[in-house]
Amino acid sequence: MLELKNINFKRDNKVILKDINLILEDNKFYCITGPNGSGKSTLAKIIMGLITPDSGTIYYNGKDITNLSVDKRAKLGIGFAFQTPITFKGLTVYDLLRLAMNKEVTKKDACNILSKVGLCAKEYIDRELNNSLSGGELKRIEIATIIARCPDVSIFDEPEAGIDLWSFKYLTGIFKELGTKAKGTTIVISHQERILSIADAIILLEAGTIKEIGTKATMLKGMLNSDCNAGGYHE
Amino acid sequence: MNNVDKNLLKEINETLDEKTEVYNIRKNGESIKRKVNSYIDIVTKEDKSGLDIYVKENTLFGIVHIPVIITESGLTDVVYNDFHIGANANVIIMAGCGIHNDLHKNSEHDGIHRFYLEENAKVKYVEKHYGEGKGKGKKILNPTTEIYMKKGSSMNMDSVQIKGVDDTIRITKATLDANTTLEISEKILTTGKQTAKTEFIVDLNGENASVHVTSRSVAEGSSTQEFTSNITGNTKCYAHVECDAIIKDEGKVKAIPEIYAKNIDANLIHEAAIGKIAGEQLNKLMTLGLNEQEAEEVIIKGFLK
Repeated sequence: MLELKNINFKRDNKVILKDINLILEDNKFYCITGPNGSGKSTLAKIIMGLITPDSGTIYYNGKDITNLSVDKRAKLGIGFAFQTPITFKGLTVYDLLRLAMNKEVTKKDACNILSKVGLCAKEYIDRELNNSLSGGELKRIEIATIIARCPDVSIFDEPEAGIDLWSFKYLTGIFKELGTKAKGTTIVISHQERILSIADAIILLEAGTIKEIGTKATMLKGMLNSDCNAGGYHE
Repeated sequence: MNNVDKNLLKEINETLDEKTEVYNIRKNGESIKRKVNSYIDIVTKEDKSGLDIYVKENTLFGIVHIPVIITESGLTDVVYNDFHIGANANVIIMAGCGIHNDLHKNSEHDGIHRFYLEENAKVKYVEKHYGEGKGKGKKILNPTTEIYMKKGSSMNMDSVQIKGVDDTIRITKATLDANTTLEISEKILTTGKQTAKTEFIVDLNGENASVHVTSRSVAEGSSTQEFTSNITGNTKCYAHVECDAIIKDEGKVKAIPEIYAKNIDANLIHEAAIGKIAGEQLNKLMTLGLNEQEAEEVIIKGFLK
């Protein structure tokens, strides 16, 4: 279980997150949504340790992890898929998946993971992670690193961005697979109604605060009819 | 050969073994072992120190090993090796130099390699430079490579200096006739107070000649590197030079690109990027459980792979 207590974060004197209190339970699929600039990605990065909050505490399974480094949180079982995938000159897709799995794996194993994100594995496994790959391809590989790692807590920062043509059944299938883990908490930052609609709980952020937390049944209809609709909710 | 010799050879040329058909091993300025076959001959020069390597025309899948090892502190070894590659031949040439210096005097190897490629010849040239030893004497390697390519020939040059070389000046000059292709890949890691200078001078003289130079380097500690490329397109031709460098600590890298198009159909590109390891790259690998130092090592190892 993840618990965030009184998380505050400012940048350039602008409040990004204010008094965030949140409990994220095991075996649940959470979707964090809200207008652009509402603090969604910042919140996700604070959970992973990529950003340090100005104040507040993060507990993971009862342990205070607020001051733990990114790698130590990763070792505890928290994983993160970046909104903008990172490129590496010289590292191949296979190299990255091996690092993600933290063990020696065969190319066949790595290919099986790539196939899950809809890539024809043989064509990609030895490709260098550079800009010769399209944004969509890099994005799928980024998601594949989470599948390879299979963490207890999987955080996806706008996984749909850049993969417009990719069938959402792949993505939702991945969320389901990760959810079958012993703990299997999935946290997705998204504007996409189709992702919101499969969440156990939706967390709506506005101007750095949690405006509402609820189920898709209680929240989706209201959100689609609200002013937020103009802020980016789309099918 | 003693264990030091064997280790140096292993570092610079892993594939050399008893089954190797053609080789010449040079130690401390003298050839100590040689083997040739009916397609590839190695002859000692009479006017200066060095070899003439003759590859007969139409030779296919030939492999030549010409490693150099230096274990004598204070020695300056200068060698002139000329490679005469016959028409339509297709060969791999494995070169390189390893220096072991446990004492206080400098040890230096200056290898001047000249390649003469006849029409439609193909060469894959691999050179690896390595230094080791506990002495204060420097390990200095100054390779000069001159390449003369006749119509339709191609050459792929892969040059690596990963460890232990204190100072190096690496000069590569090439002259390309029509329909020739030259690909050069260079990887250098400098640490401590080491220095490395690299210079590429390429003249594209024949129509449809092309050259692609990729240089990837890492400067750690207070080491310094300088990369100069000077590409001249005299006709319809193509050149692409990429210089990527990672700097760490107090490392310094200078890149000096010069491309000179003397013909309206010359298409010459130079790209250079120097910077520290991107924070986002470290972050990504740390989300996979690597600590910062491990992440840096993976990034650098991959970059120089």
